[in-house]
Amino acid sequence: MVEGNKIEAKKLDRGWLRIDGEECKGCGLCIEACPPKVIAMREELNPYGYRTAIYAGAGCTGCGVCFMVCPEPGAITVFRAVVRRVEGSGHANAGVEEAISCASN
Amino acid sequence: MRKQLMKGNEAIIKSAILAGCRGFYGYPITPASEITEAAALYMPKAGGVFVQAESEVAAINMLYGAAAAGVRAMTASSGPGISLMQEGISHMAGAELPCVIADITRGGPGLGNIGSEQGDYHQVVKGGGHGNYRTIVLAPYSVQEMADLTALAFELADRYRNPVFVLADGFVGQMMEPVEFPQKAIQAPMPPWAVAGTAATRGNLITSLHMGCDDLEAHVLALEAKYKLAEQREARAEEWCAEDAEIVLVGYGIVGRILKAVTAEARAGGLPVGVLRPITLYPFPIVHFQRLASRARVFVVVEMSSGQLLDDVRLALNGACPVEFLSRVGGNVPSHDEVLRFVRVQALRFIGEEQMAHV
Amino acid sequence: MSSEAVQEYTVAQGRAKSFYTRYERKDELQHQTHYCPGCGHGTVHKMLAHAIDELGVQDRTILIAPVGCAVFTYYYFDVGNVQAAHGRAPAVATAMKRSRPESIVISYQGDGDLSAIGAAEILHAANRGENISVIFVNNAIYSMTGGQAAPTTLIGQKSTTTPEGRSAMTEGYPLHVSELLATLEAPVYMERVGLGDNKQIAQATRAVRRAVENQTRGLGFSMVEVLSPCPTIWKMNPIDAQRWVRDVMEKTFPLGVFRDRTKETAPRHALRPAPALDAIPRLLGLAEEDLPADHAHTVARHREIDLQVRIAGFGGQGVLLLGEVLAEAGLDAGLEVSWLPSYGPEMRSGTSNCHVRLSSQPVDSPLVTVPSVLVAMNEPSLRKFDLTVRSGGWVIYNGDTFPADCMRDGVHVLALPFTRLAAELGDPRAANMVMLGALLEIDGVLPRASIEAALGRLVKNPRWIELDERALARGRELFKESLRQGSWAKESRAEA
Repeated sequence: MVEGNKIEAKKLDRGWLRIDGEECKGCGLCIEACPPKVIAMREELNPYGYRTAIYAGAGCTGCGVCFMVCPEPGAITVFRAVVRRVEGSGHANAGVEEAISCASN
Repeated sequence: MRKQLMKGNEAIIKSAILAGCRGFYGYPITPASEITEAAALYMPKAGGVFVQAESEVAAINMLYGAAAAGVRAMTASSGPGISLMQEGISHMAGAELPCVIADITRGGPGLGNIGSEQGDYHQVVKGGGHGNYRTIVLAPYSVQEMADLTALAFELADRYRNPVFVLADGFVGQMMEPVEFPQKAIQAPMPPWAVAGTAATRGNLITSLHMGCDDLEAHVLALEAKYKLAEQREARAEEWCAEDAEIVLVGYGIVGRILKAVTAEARAGGLPVGVLRPITLYPFPIVHFQRLASRARVFVVVEMSSGQLLDDVRLALNGACPVEFLSRVGGNVPSHDEVLRFVRVQALRFIGEEQMAHV
Repeated sequence: MSSEAVQEYTVAQGRAKSFYTRYERKDELQHQTHYCPGCGHGTVHKMLAHAIDELGVQDRTILIAPVGCAVFTYYYFDVGNVQAAHGRAPAVATAMKRSRPESIVISYQGDGDLSAIGAAEILHAANRGENISVIFVNNAIYSMTGGQAAPTTLIGQKSTTTPEGRSAMTEGYPLHVSELLATLEAPVYMERVGLGDNKQIAQATRAVRRAVENQTRGLGFSMVEVLSPCPTIWKMNPIDAQRWVRDVMEKTFPLGVFRDRTKETAPRHALRPAPALDAIPRLLGLAEEDLPADHAHTVARHREIDLQVRIAGFGGQGVLLLGEVLAEAGLDAGLEVSWLPSYGPEMRSGTSNCHVRLSSQPVDSPLVTVPSVLVAMNEPSLRKFDLTVRSGGWVIYNGDTFPADCMRDGVHVLALPFTRLAAELGDPRAANMVMLGALLEIDGVLPRASIEAALGRLVKNPRWIELDERALARGRELFKESLRQGSWAKESRAEA
């Protein structure tokens, strides 16, 4: 997903989603709630006959709103990026590790 | 040990605490209120919980909670209150939770009166709640038995994981007699199935819900097997002058006392009378009935209800012997003289004047 | 100039530890909850599970499931689980928390369960200030049973039992449980939240956590009412149902904090430690030193004793105490005894009576239907029991003159104004003891020391003991005087 160790932050997704196609019942609340609108409804049905939510693949901010509104215990897992701030010309070890905080919560 | 004069109702609580009971959840009702009052006094002193609930419905459901938490707990009530508790009793039997319920009966139906009656027999012995379950029922006839059978009730409740009744009439609850208690209190063991808010009990579940038909059937069959075991092991009765009795008097609770007095007098007058007093009403002491039926000419059932015990006696005898019936209700008690007269009439009918001359 | 480099992704939000990873208590669909798509229960479950995780109380938690759609919470929560009867969860919770004070007891209930059938249980649990957390999920309908009206159903809302919509005229108004409970003193925290939009959900998450946290701090009763969508029964899609919570339901059930006394409430103290097992008999008054003296005054066994006494009078005349002293003295004297009262309203007014038996043989029946002695403290009591007295027996009657029509052959009578005689001793209420003194002389069976021992056990006020002892002595004297004067010897009327 992420290659190399020196990528401009602006071009990165700070978050990432995993949606469990078996647990999701396709209620659509996450799609409605998502601020950057990066969740969609899958066209195909899952084995139980639901259309389930699917991450569009890019643009997640890791804000977690989708998780909060989702009624299913483990249908959505939200990942956030751990970034390293790199000083000057970019020696990887010079930065301070931190998780990008979520602004929406 | 020396004896102490005490009310039956008070003896229940003291015996319960000695037996490791640490929870009482009740609602006042005559003639059982002394039990609740004594619990309010003694339970907190013993480190237990006392709550006067908002209703009998709440009380029995609190009992459900205490039992689920693995604590020996009890309640006490009378007819109208027991009717309200039937919901929780069914749930407890279904969830296999032990508890002890003292029913100090009064007159019914409805408000009836507060006189002493035995009209709770059906709702207690047959189980007044819904579903396939039974409750074990112990029927004391003295203050000493109020103490002893209460202790036994806690043992049986735990052994069978089922509600156990101590069913006594108002007289036995209200009267004072000398009583002795064990000098040692018991620490009830923590049952492994309880939900106690600990790491060890986290995986435990208390429920009476079994959604699948096969699940519920298996559950009901398991309960039934348990009851069958209790029927084999726990039935108790007292036989008094019964070995050679041709007229067997049957009664429980205060009636058992009256029947003993009648028997003493009848025997003095040459009548071959004896007493069979069921101590457990469920399991019903069928074996005692069948054994005595081989010699008896008639069983005389005396009860302070309209033929509720009578049904079980007939089932137990299964036609092996005639059954006659004497009943007083409404708070009236069959008097010694009344029973004796009735017994004499039965003697003439079933033994006959001629043969009476030889006994 | 600086730049940022993404090293890795970590899980920010995922399944709470307090959920099972697989729902093995279910037969099928073990990776899915049984709730309909968009149901608010799942959302609230997650809030609760995360609160349990964050507060570190998973092992201590007891979750009580209601009857309703949430009946199966035990499929999902990896905590101690108890399923309660319909509406009774607060009663169950009460006893569980009190039985196991270290546990964290959560009562999870719907609006049918809590506000209808369980209205009494929630009210009284709240009023007692039970240290429990109640999660009240209000979706304004009975969902599990298929959409019948609840007390919380909105005016005009259609249900299977309000097919034309709820009418205030016939079904009354939506029940505001939080507002109702906020009139009570005991609750420390009550808030109504909603699942109507992201903001509401965020607030609900905080509220659920607070309700549990309050309990961990021992503060007392906390309840969160959650307005929650039921898309299936409301016949809406999940998005519309969510909006309906915010746009419609909230108008009837305004959100907000109805009680917050968490700051000023002091944590509850732990219960007193339980006494040692050895101390229990003493606490129950059953230790050696509490028991009557060991038959110090044993009655001579040379004759059969069978004293059957009926004592009758009005409530307040000391009928029951008279009988108790007699029975207690009999026990002290080594006899078999029984005491049986009339009881109930009679104790407070009207007639009162008791049966006492003292016997050298075990007492068969404690009922005295044919007394050897009747103590009648007034005329109605005399008339009620006079005819039951056995031939050769005694009637001790409290009155100046014995009613002539109560005279019977073969029955001895001692009729004296005992109440007045007691008043002369200092208190008319001691009449019962004067009569007992006379009674004891009839048979002479009980040693004085046994009577004194019995008084000592039953009468705690020294002033009363002194008076009662004088009253007993006076009774004895009166009996002897009567004997000398022959005034008692009305055992038969020539003309009778």
